Amino acid sequence: MDRSTALLWMENVSKSFPGVQAIDNVSLHVGAGEILGLIGQNGAGKSTLMKILSGVYPVDSGEIVLEGKLIHITSPHQAQQLGVAIIYQELNLLPNLTVMENIFIGREPGPSLFVNRRQMEADTQAILDHLKLNLRPNAPVRTLSVAEQQMVEIAKTISRQVKVLIMDEPTSALSESEVKTLFAIMAELKQNGISIIFISHRLEEVIHICDRVTVLRDGRHVGDVVLHPVRDVTKDDLIRLMVGRSLETFFHEEERAEALADDVVLEVRHLSLRGNAQNADAEVLRDVSFDLRRGEILGLAGLVGAGRTELVRAIFGADKRTTGEIVLEGKPVRIDSPRDAIRLGIGLVPEDRKGQGLILGMAVRQNMSLVNLAAFTRLGFIDRREEAQGVANYVQRFQIRTPTIERRVVNLSGGNQQKVVIAKWLMLKPKILIMDEPTRGIDVGAKSEIYDLMHQLAGQGISIIMISSEFPELQAMCDRVICLTEGRLTGILPRSEVSQESLMHYCTLREHALLKDGEISL
Amino acid sequence: MTATKVSRSGGLQVEQTDWVALVGQFGALIVLVVICTVFWWLEPAFASQRNIFNVLRQVSIYGVLAVGMTYVILTGGIDLSIGSLLAFAGLVAASVEKGGRGLLSIGAAGEAAGYGVPAAAVAAITVGVLGGLLQGFSVSKLKVPPFIVTLGGMSIFRGAALLWSGGQPISAFRDEYKVLGQGFIGPVPIPVVIFALVAIVGFVALKYMRFGRHIYATGGNAEAARLSGLNTNRVITSVYVISGLCAGFAGFLLSSRLNSAEQVAGIGYELTVIAGVVIGGTSLFGGEGGIFGTVVGILLIGVLSNGLTLLNVNPYYQQIVVGLIIVFAVFFDQLIKRRRR
Repeated sequence: MDRSTALLWMENVSKSFPGVQAIDNVSLHVGAGEILGLIGQNGAGKSTLMKILSGVYPVDSGEIVLEGKLIHITSPHQAQQLGVAIIYQELNLLPNLTVMENIFIGREPGPSLFVNRRQMEADTQAILDHLKLNLRPNAPVRTLSVAEQQMVEIAKTISRQVKVLIMDEPTSALSESEVKTLFAIMAELKQNGISIIFISHRLEEVIHICDRVTVLRDGRHVGDVVLHPVRDVTKDDLIRLMVGRSLETFFHEEERAEALADDVVLEVRHLSLRGNAQNADAEVLRDVSFDLRRGEILGLAGLVGAGRTELVRAIFGADKRTTGEIVLEGKPVRIDSPRDAIRLGIGLVPEDRKGQGLILGMAVRQNMSLVNLAAFTRLGFIDRREEAQGVANYVQRFQIRTPTIERRVVNLSGGNQQKVVIAKWLMLKPKILIMDEPTRGIDVGAKSEIYDLMHQLAGQGISIIMISSEFPELQAMCDRVICLTEGRLTGILPRSEVSQESLMHYCTLREHALLKDGEISL
Repeated sequence: MTATKVSRSGGLQVEQTDWVALVGQFGALIVLVVICTVFWWLEPAFASQRNIFNVLRQVSIYGVLAVGMTYVILTGGIDLSIGSLLAFAGLVAASVEKGGRGLLSIGAAGEAAGYGVPAAAVAAITVGVLGGLLQGFSVSKLKVPPFIVTLGGMSIFRGAALLWSGGQPISAFRDEYKVLGQGFIGPVPIPVVIFALVAIVGFVALKYMRFGRHIYATGGNAEAARLSGLNTNRVITSVYVISGLCAGFAGFLLSSRLNSAEQVAGIGYELTVIAGVVIGGTSLFGGEGGIFGTVVGILLIGVLSNGLTLLNVNPYYQQIVVGLIIVFAVFFDQLIKRRRR
């Protein structure tokens, strides 16, 4: 393949933002009907590169050639007209409109003012049929599942004569069977000569579906791996390219010193919680009891909706309406608000980093000192020098990659943002740190750094409660794992008994729990 | 966790200025300087000491209100009630000064000596603080949107003012009462000095105190702030109290300046004040902006009005110009934010 035969050819493309060289001389090409994987850690430049291609950012230097012609993409609209379309992680549909209205938005068929709904419906049906999608053109989009919405987004894109389709983490919100459907559609598109650039953190999927993979690291192109026709590449190979080292350093299987003994820090007794956003009477947690020891990493496993996040938020005092007892270091305590929890030395790294963990518009400095600001305050005034030194100290210790502490956290990569959140809590010197999905959405390199950090903290006697949806992660990290099913505690597994199979078993123990309570099954 | 000192020469720079943000903040200042220069060039009298202090005195009441408004807007809120609260507080101050009128006059209070100027000021401030407290509570605890709460407050306090005064202005105060509004320190009108003091206190508290940091954090992301242990309800309540305090004091100041407290005082002030705050770069979504920008924004409005009057421009055009500047200022602000992303 060369410039004239490739469908899309990007050569020596560079892009910098104030203080960061986001893309450095990257070249990338896609053939007609090819599925190209684009992988790299968070902050490697994947999204920036794709935003250049889809007209969101202008390039600093470099050339983009589409079907042999040099092009200058100046706006998303123009990119679309050229046949370059992008489907983002967050979908851009209008929930109150129907499938067909979404697909034809902005170019509804019919004479000027009025919409020819019959034609729109027929055209939509044709597109859906073509993609073998079983959806009604008249269904409001808000009634569809995330996967179905994604299909609508694809249908919408396809109906606009797309040549290159960029998909940014399309599978992150999908179940396994939905992923299969998506892959079938991708294969269909490929048959029709449409090229796809597939961005994903899920390397198994990349290996499965892509013809070729381009790997980025720190804004540079570090390798192209051909997967077609022979798929003899392993996940480990790709990780090595992405991080510049291998998987072995990723998990820490070595035994940590069993410094736990019987030193119980936190006891949760008969915790129950009623009411959620949808239903004030819903039983969210029922009679959950467990304890946490000093220096322990306690895993909290459960399927979606099991009440894991609700449980830790209840302990942290983030939601009221709970009943039960919490005993900290032998003394019963009342935790009615996050302030109470913090006063007692409990920290929470929330699941939703951007929505709950960080104040995105504020600098690293302000975010990190927020919890323990009192330590830098004299008579109500912040000692900015002392604050800066305290923050800088933690930035260095955790190797948070930021040019200065005055940088707004919105401009940091996901992994570095997460480190800011964790560092914020450590500045408080907590006894207990609750971490809700601490490695979600961050790249392998940063994950490994966060695992290191958690081991260090546990070694210093800080107790950690860790929620994770990834069973291998729980297996590798935790001293014990407690399992929740539909708001009830269904198992407490010591390290020796933790396996992916046993976790799955205890996280689906619905009937057992109900029978034990002497209730009739729902 | 040892507190190792970070060397300044190390890889990490401790202090560095956010230039883009700085340009954003100084954008309004640049416009102000340009406009002043143009007025000066067209009409040399614009730069006379007398005129300069005249402009400053004209904006001083707005300025005091705008300091409080900045606090509210930084949390993502809005306070539409300040004009009404100002009128109500002014009337209360005036009746305290007069020794009884309206609801204060139990029985037939004559023209006896009043309770004195400090008592009047304290009364006005108390009215403002209580009004703000009520509204802050409604916003933070009862979770009624700020726009609605203060829209209601706007009507309630105006009604209270009418009720208090029985529809009649209270005028003709003793000289002591008029000093703060009409007096001078050297060549400087006292309201200007008061505006400057209020602005300085507002600036310092916001920028250098923990309380100020909590306001920015709450405005930036209230949920993240709450989960970081901030009492966000208290922060939100307090900004309405501060705005009410400013409104109450401004009400006293205006009655002193005009030698009359009127139930129709301050009508439409809230919009001018919000305009000044927004022109000064404070985001209506909260979390960004500050007192420095607000002072510039308020000065900009004052200078425009004064300069156009000096140039004999039809005063009706002034409103159009202010409107255009509001839209332009926000456009400029958005432009900078887009670039930063």
